[in-house]
Amino acid sequence: MSITLKIIKYQVKDNLQSRWIIGFFLFFLIFSYWLISFTEDSHKVLLSILNMIIIVIPLICLVFGTIYIYNNLNYITFMLTQPIKRNAIYSGLYFGLIISIFVCFILGVGIPILLNILLFTESLNIVILLFITGFFQILIFTGFGFLIAIQNDDKLKGLGISIFVWLFFSIIYDGLILYLLQTFQDYPLEKLALGLTLLNPIDLGRILTILKFDVSALMGYTGAVFEDFFGNNLGLFISLTVLLIWSILPFVLGQKKFSDKDI
Amino acid sequence: MIKIKNLEKYYSKLHVLKNIDLSIEQGKITYLVGPNGSGKSTLIKSILGLIKKYDGTISINGKIINEDSEYRNLIGYMPQSASFPENLTVKDIIKLVKEIRYQNIYDEELLTKFVLSKEMNKRLKNLSGGTIQKVNAALAFLFDPQILILDEPTSGLDPVSSNILKDKIIDENKKGKTILFTSHIISELEDLAQNIAFILDGKIWFSGSKNELIKIAGESNLERSVASLMTKSIA
Repeated sequence: MSITLKIIKYQVKDNLQSRWIIGFFLFFLIFSYWLISFTEDSHKVLLSILNMIIIVIPLICLVFGTIYIYNNLNYITFMLTQPIKRNAIYSGLYFGLIISIFVCFILGVGIPILLNILLFTESLNIVILLFITGFFQILIFTGFGFLIAIQNDDKLKGLGISIFVWLFFSIIYDGLILYLLQTFQDYPLEKLALGLTLLNPIDLGRILTILKFDVSALMGYTGAVFEDFFGNNLGLFISLTVLLIWSILPFVLGQKKFSDKDI
Repeated sequence: MIKIKNLEKYYSKLHVLKNIDLSIEQGKITYLVGPNGSGKSTLIKSILGLIKKYDGTISINGKIINEDSEYRNLIGYMPQSASFPENLTVKDIIKLVKEIRYQNIYDEELLTKFVLSKEMNKRLKNLSGGTIQKVNAALAFLFDPQILILDEPTSGLDPVSSNILKDKIIDENKKGKTILFTSHIISELEDLAQNIAFILDGKIWFSGSKNELIKIAGESNLERSVASLMTKSIA
């Protein structure tokens, strides 16, 4: 077994007993169960779960990812004095946390869905897409959380930046797009809107899933352009590639920064 | 032998280590003395590879340390305070480090003498600071390393455990191990020291044997000699 896998094994063991991770699991479980108990309409439930995924998961991963590095600094220092490469430690901590958050997410959302499986038999493809979207959000924003903590020794500053990154991608970015569309409404901006959506991992996850709900008709001409793009194989390939780049980028940048960092 | 040549370290504009030339003799116990903020920790961190950006060279047994992590197989390190993932047990941590270091022969004397067997299944968050420090010490000696680097080794330990650790340091030195330690309480560990390296304001002001220092300073013991050296250095 490689050293990274060994570190992952112990990190997952530690994380799955952590109060935070158990708290996340209970949150996902109670929230999903509560939503299902409201309505028999599986699309409505899944749309609400999607909203939770794209709002709550980035926040949890950013803040928890940042705190995780700060809290484990003494342990990281200890590990760095062992004969192992820095990349192995970074990857071990990162994937150890990713796996733990993903397990509590998949069980928290999955158990209530499984208990009401009859309700979701016709929308299983959307359920799978929801889990894939959630998985990418976890990868991307935990990577950002780690990167922010590695770049900022000051805990308060690091946490502040994490919250700002979340605000930027989940609220400010959409506001800027709306402002742009409003200001230049006389011009054909659908393709620009599409391009800008691709650049925001939260929007990308949201659109990819929403288009499966047959609600894109409500989005007018832009919705049609989006459906046309994401509905064909090339569009889907491009969006998955962009999501993959978003997943790898913060992790690789963080790892690079960590390997040169004075601890 | 650890050889440090022309070591310079800046933290942005702060000059932390100033042209350090120091040899840590093989098979000797070297005591790195200096007040808080003098550069002791930065120097130790540089040897351990925790500091990446510096000028100068550090070599261990004739080999310059750089990107390679293998040389740390030779080193056992006891930090001043270490914390481990709090939900893991003592047994887990020992297993993890054993799995990482690929070694078959272990020196478990400190595990036995500190009676850590009854703590093995306890989670680290339920252990006292002193017990965690015992785990740290046991881990540093566990792999029978050639070089031991101990940062304030007796801080946080009760007198009995502190004596066990001191005896272990003496025993390991008799076996030919190179030991480098720091402590801010000079009298506490002065009986162990064979060589002294005195660091102040990022510069090594004295490096040599304990007796040599006492002779130069013209004082009766190490504590007074160091105090005298500090006064002269500041003046």
